[in-house]
Amino acid sequence: MRTPWSKLNNRLRDLFGALAFLGPSVLGVLVFFVVPFGVVVYYSLIRGPLDHSFVGLENYISVWNNAAFRIASKNTATFTGVAVPLAVVISLILALVLECRIPLKSQFRTFFLSPMMVPVASIILIWQVLFHQSGVVNELAKIVGKQGVDWLNSDQCQVVIIVLFLWKNIGYFMVLFMAALNNIPQTLVEVASVEGASPARIFFSIKLRYLSPTVLFVTILSIINSFKVFREIYLLTGNYPYEGLYMMQHFMNNMFLALDNQRLSAAAVILALVMVVLIALLFAIENWFGKDVEG
Amino acid sequence: MKKKRLFGRTALFILTAVFAILFLLPTVATIADSFMSQNEINATYGKIFASTSGYVSGTVRLKLIPDKVTFSQYITVLFRSPEYLIKFWNSVILVVPIVLGQLAVASIAAYGFTRWRGRVSNVIFFAYVILMLMPYQVTLVPNYLVSGWMGLLDTRWAIIFPGVFAPFSVFLLTKFMRRIPSATIEAARMDGATEWQVFTKIALPQCRSALYSIAILAFIDYWNMVEQPIILLPDATKQPLSVYLSSIRADEIGIAFAVAVIYMIPGLLIFLKGEEYLVEGITYSGSVKE
Repeated sequence: MRTPWSKLNNRLRDLFGALAFLGPSVLGVLVFFVVPFGVVVYYSLIRGPLDHSFVGLENYISVWNNAAFRIASKNTATFTGVAVPLAVVISLILALVLECRIPLKSQFRTFFLSPMMVPVASIILIWQVLFHQSGVVNELAKIVGKQGVDWLNSDQCQVVIIVLFLWKNIGYFMVLFMAALNNIPQTLVEVASVEGASPARIFFSIKLRYLSPTVLFVTILSIINSFKVFREIYLLTGNYPYEGLYMMQHFMNNMFLALDNQRLSAAAVILALVMVVLIALLFAIENWFGKDVEG
Repeated sequence: MKKKRLFGRTALFILTAVFAILFLLPTVATIADSFMSQNEINATYGKIFASTSGYVSGTVRLKLIPDKVTFSQYITVLFRSPEYLIKFWNSVILVVPIVLGQLAVASIAAYGFTRWRGRVSNVIFFAYVILMLMPYQVTLVPNYLVSGWMGLLDTRWAIIFPGVFAPFSVFLLTKFMRRIPSATIEAARMDGATEWQVFTKIALPQCRSALYSIAILAFIDYWNMVEQPIILLPDATKQPLSVYLSSIRADEIGIAFAVAVIYMIPGLLIFLKGEEYLVEGITYSGSVKE
């Protein structure tokens, strides 16, 4: 019996149900993230804490022209630009290797995944032993007859961080790729192989296409994680690292310390916009690349 | 032909094995070195940590087997330097409320997003995804502002609240819950179950493994935190061990390895017990696309 009254009643019940279940989380997100982000946008457009007059893009221009911001952006972009593709490619290769019926597969998975569970703070000692000027890596280099470098205080400093980033993240990405490889319809691969397609052809024409959503996801995840690399740098070198390791978070920390809410806000908004554009771009590429693969 | 393939596979296996050993090395070396005496650490790594006391070896090698196994570092940490245990406890009382709170809030919200899939809730869900993809450098600023208004700065709540409402768990759990056949839920509602009963009696039990995996992922993330305490909790006495480990002085380098190992233990235990859940959690996080 569907009277208009009971229909309205149902709709009301649905509304209250949705409010009750979504309420706590949505409220929390609004209070701690969304509303204050609105204020961040507002702060980025006014002159200062006392003079609330609207200054347009002045704060943005000031951040943009700030030398420290430039260095931080350049270093962060360099790091992300190198570390992310490396992470994606290496973890994909590892997943392919482990998926081709190699012995001890599950042990290998455990080994590669284990760094994820080890707090960065716990292994910085070993990292220093490895990459110090008179550390293990340089000792090894000496044997081969190469000059050692002061890794953390030279232009090679990002190498140290990139290795650490790869060590920490590759296991996670590898597991994602392994799962995705298992979802590729096996019949398709078999048919192609019967028809005489080479393994390389099968990989690029079939597997990579089915993997494209995962490649997208891993890329996004590793971009996000690459922004967290401040952690490792802070633990290794403290607040004032070599210039090549001065990252976006260092710049933000200085703005926090200086209580410069205007430029802090402008920097946060710029960063948010860059992320949104970057992610939209990646989605667009993936859409175009994986368009004729269903599932 | 067959011989050639066998050769290739063996080479591949050896390469992978070498790579795997390199991966394990930092963890294993830290654990092994925690059983060295203060003198031995000074002798081996003195050049790096700039200690001046006693004999210092001319070249640095990574030492995986101590000359003499001793628990002296652990004894010092556990019985003579309470500050490390206090920091460890600081980590615990930050991370445990965040993980538990996040699970509670996220599972309720995930049920909401599963059960009501209208235009409004889809828009909200999309907003969660965007928010989830924002780096700390963006979200810390709003968090800092709210904590300031509420007078929470420099208290643990400044870290706990934003942690509890972090959208990543909501996203993951929703993806898990949407896999429950809607017929199960419909059937329970036909039988007169209330929404809350369907949630606790049907949806939650089916997500048990998901809850474990999300708890593990959240734990790793927050056990490792550095950015949030530096900004939101500058009071050094309340900071977690993850921040403090970087400021161990050179003359205490002996116990640093033991502290590092103690800090690893919860993660490693969880990993050994729950690797399957971790893998499952990672696997289901698999795609941002619907």
